[in-house]
Amino acid sequence: MKSLAELQAIREKMRDKVVLREDSGEIRVVVGMATCGIAAGARPVLNTFVEEVNSHGLNNKVTVSQTGCIGICQFEPVVEVYEAGKEKVTYVRMTPEKAKEVVEKHLKSGKIIAEYTITNDRLIGG
Amino acid sequence: MKELSLNILDVAENSVKAKATLTEILLEETEDTLTLEIRDNGTGMDEKTVKSVTDPFYTTRTTRKVGMGVPLLKLAAEQTDGSFSVESSVGEENHGTTVTAVFNKNHLDFTPLGDVVSSITTLVQGHPDTDFYFSHRKGENEVTLDTRELREVLGDVPLNSYEVIKWIEEYLKEQYSSDF
Repeated sequence: MKSLAELQAIREKMRDKVVLREDSGEIRVVVGMATCGIAAGARPVLNTFVEEVNSHGLNNKVTVSQTGCIGICQFEPVVEVYEAGKEKVTYVRMTPEKAKEVVEKHLKSGKIIAEYTITNDRLIGG
Repeated sequence: MKELSLNILDVAENSVKAKATLTEILLEETEDTLTLEIRDNGTGMDEKTVKSVTDPFYTTRTTRKVGMGVPLLKLAAEQTDGSFSVESSVGEENHGTTVTAVFNKNHLDFTPLGDVVSSITTLVQGHPDTDFYFSHRKGENEVTLDTRELREVLGDVPLNSYEVIKWIEEYLKEQYSSDF
């Protein structure tokens, strides 16, 4: 059974890491979690980002957070990627599968997946 | 919404936006009914605002003109011949809002609860600095989570650390598999 003692162990383990995190977060992944996003499937997309960022060991480089509606409800689930010194990338109509790919290619290797971005979606008319 | 747990996630966000320091999500089941209560100690709303939140064309947002969260939950309850109510107070001492929805579980149009564990972990992941109390009761059995207790043990470790989120997920799943 899970116990609060286990949390105590997590605390001990995290002691050093927390210090590290202060100057981390080079990349920020923001998932739209308003009514429109949630109804379109944002919850599993968010959870996939949290899982995959961890399994690729990117926790110190990438932070995953949530935001409300950014006003393009028809493109939900929407995910924005912010990186210092670079232009914001907006991924649209996301799925857990696409999220896995974004972690692997974009967050890990720095290659934007143009096919999933809003610019591309608008060009081909979705 | 495909699952009631998604409505819960959505409507609980309103509590956080109303600056609640504690949001309680209470589920109580009988043979025939499911009662959902989302109770917060946020800023609360005046009488006029309370009346307008069930109107889909009311929203405080400026990016768009509709606010579907509360109307969708109301619809989900009423389509099972259940009930829905919002109570709120803006008093100096006792401010906050309580949303109550009662569902008839055996009604054809009852939306299944779905993955409520995922909704709870998502709420904590997104709002690590506010507290959540979750309780799901069915007869003698109860599944609970109180982030205030976790915070006490964790000290300055943020609640949205991966390890903590995973712990919460497992903790809730274990309770569901043994008590429900």
